[in-house]
Amino acid sequence: MSETGIDQLLAAKEVIVVCGPGGVGKTTMAAAAGIVAAVHVGGRVLVLTVDPARRLATALGLEALGNTEVRIPAEALAGGRYEPRGELWVAQLDTKQSWDELIRQHAPDAATRDAILGNSLYENVTAKFVQSHDYIAMERLYEIHASGRYDLIIVDTPPSRSAVDFLDAPEKMAEFFGSRLLRWLTVPYRSKLFASASRPFYHVADRILGQEFLRDIADFFLLFQTMYPGFVARAQEVQRTLRERRTSFVVVSTLDATSMSECDFFIDALAERRLSLGAVVLNRVLPSYFTERAAASAARKLGRRAPKLTSTLKLGEDPALVEGVLREISESFLSYGVTAARQQELRHEMRHAPPIVATVPFLAADIVSVEGLADIADRLRA
Amino acid sequence: MSLLDRRLLFVTGKGGVGKTSIAAGLALLASSHGRRTLLCDVDARGAVAAAFETGPLGFAAEELAPRLHAMAMSTEESLKEYLRLNLRLPLVTRLGPIARSFDFVAAAAPGVREILVVGKLAYEVRENHYDLVVVDAPATGHVVGQLASPSAIHDLVHVGLVRDQTQWIVDLLRDPAATGTVIVAVPEEMPVTETIELTQRLEAETDVDLAAVVVNRVLPELFGTREEEVFRELLKDGPTKKLRDAVGGPVRHVLAGADLAVRLRRSRTSHIARLRQELPPRTPMMYVPEMFSRAQGIRATRMIADAIGDEL
Repeated sequence: MSETGIDQLLAAKEVIVVCGPGGVGKTTMAAAAGIVAAVHVGGRVLVLTVDPARRLATALGLEALGNTEVRIPAEALAGGRYEPRGELWVAQLDTKQSWDELIRQHAPDAATRDAILGNSLYENVTAKFVQSHDYIAMERLYEIHASGRYDLIIVDTPPSRSAVDFLDAPEKMAEFFGSRLLRWLTVPYRSKLFASASRPFYHVADRILGQEFLRDIADFFLLFQTMYPGFVARAQEVQRTLRERRTSFVVVSTLDATSMSECDFFIDALAERRLSLGAVVLNRVLPSYFTERAAASAARKLGRRAPKLTSTLKLGEDPALVEGVLREISESFLSYGVTAARQQELRHEMRHAPPIVATVPFLAADIVSVEGLADIADRLRA
Repeated sequence: MSLLDRRLLFVTGKGGVGKTSIAAGLALLASSHGRRTLLCDVDARGAVAAAFETGPLGFAAEELAPRLHAMAMSTEESLKEYLRLNLRLPLVTRLGPIARSFDFVAAAAPGVREILVVGKLAYEVRENHYDLVVVDAPATGHVVGQLASPSAIHDLVHVGLVRDQTQWIVDLLRDPAATGTVIVAVPEEMPVTETIELTQRLEAETDVDLAAVVVNRVLPELFGTREEEVFRELLKDGPTKKLRDAVGGPVRHVLAGADLAVRLRRSRTSHIARLRQELPPRTPMMYVPEMFSRAQGIRATRMIADAIGDEL
């Protein structure tokens, strides 16, 4: 193990937020990092995942469990290769359930709580408004962290429109509750004295949406506003947890142009917000032999000299078949070589590489078992 | 009926599958077939601009190539345009703050932001500004809400301008000759699962027709059964050594590379099979190959357009 490897990062931190563009294998990397921590670092480790692939979820024993935390059996953890030093727990984030819990916690009284939970707009709003998925993931993270039940929590972030949305979600939530707009919106129903500023807004909104719909929305936000103090204080706490010294971010990406530009953008966004970037994990990296000059030259010769090589090989009865195979091997190698070269360039073009850059190879098979994850864990440490 | 004969196509898919590339390729293909085409970047994060190597796009469409126009969506601009066209507000300058706060309400109120997007796109179709509008739509999680918004608003709002004006949008979206969705997937577990779930949700929650499923980044098949046997022979020590002696280089790596290519193709084939099996019968499918190319931007977009053209 190197001095500044993944192990050291995981040992030094209490919260790791795994983020990056969509479709790069964030959940798999979060789970593999969990294995590294539980097996080689020790302590109680929780991987909080948002939307795992079904077979991965099954492998982790995460079926329809809502917010429940489940322990991965020690014997499954390292595939029998190591003696695990700690425990690995996994949990899935159930957005709806988490919102309900939050409302229960912050509602001033039972009547308000029931009114909100029963409001027809509630589900619609929690599903859509101000990045509620992003917020709830960070909120859950905060809650579990504050409970002190785990030494390390690794959280896999939800697929966002933008990878940085969740960073700002707690702040946006606080802003939303404190906003003038929310007050405007609810003013006519709180007081007969219309604030003059909200008049043009109402004039336009009434003509477009109709008063009834507007009142439905206002009713809902009026209820929601009763939770203002609790929500804002909480959102600020969540924000503080993200900024803490013992919190670090791991960015996962694949080496294609689109993902890498998002990855760069994300790294900049972390720096702007003074959040700590712990490592970058590059997933699906093609083997380096694809870009070796000697191998490429051998591949070209296989294609060019296919007829001659076929007669040297003396394989089977059909020389045309063997020739075809040799040409196909050659062509395929050179094609992948183009992609591998592109990957290498993108890796060198990374603007602000952090101290730790781990690479995980392009694996042919899907990860569908804890053993598979343990393999990835080994690659992360390499 | 050909995909390009429709009027309004929403291209969606899970993050990272190449949704924007396919939308850009479709738009370029349509324009090169003589159709006046508008490509709209709904997320407005610059991906469409990158696909054509052009500067940032605005709400006002600009012509990027003959007959190919592109714009970036903005709900605030869309609201302003709507108000200008419908309310004839005298003080357009004072609209700014109202529009901004409205945008904020729209973020919270179900369907309001979505309908500003869909409404603008439908308007471009209705006014015949273009033959075809291709939408680089939000990722799978958000697109259903967007497509369902006109009906949802129609049901929620009982009076007002919006009520009067949602009917024609609903009619346009519901017409399969005019409107369709194109779902982009790659042959991997999560994107395939999401595609199948999305077709079910679109069917259950919207009236929009599924126009096609595009499987992107399909890896080439290297060998048939008999060729595969020959390849397995070559991987054995004897033949490998003979090849190495003959070409004088690391043949081992070349063979390993082909072996990886075979295994990657095989694991992806099973995902394509599952996709085909679980999609509604007779869903039109298109396959776009993995581009082993250094091409970026417009050259890459052209390659995608050609590949889609081959499938039509």
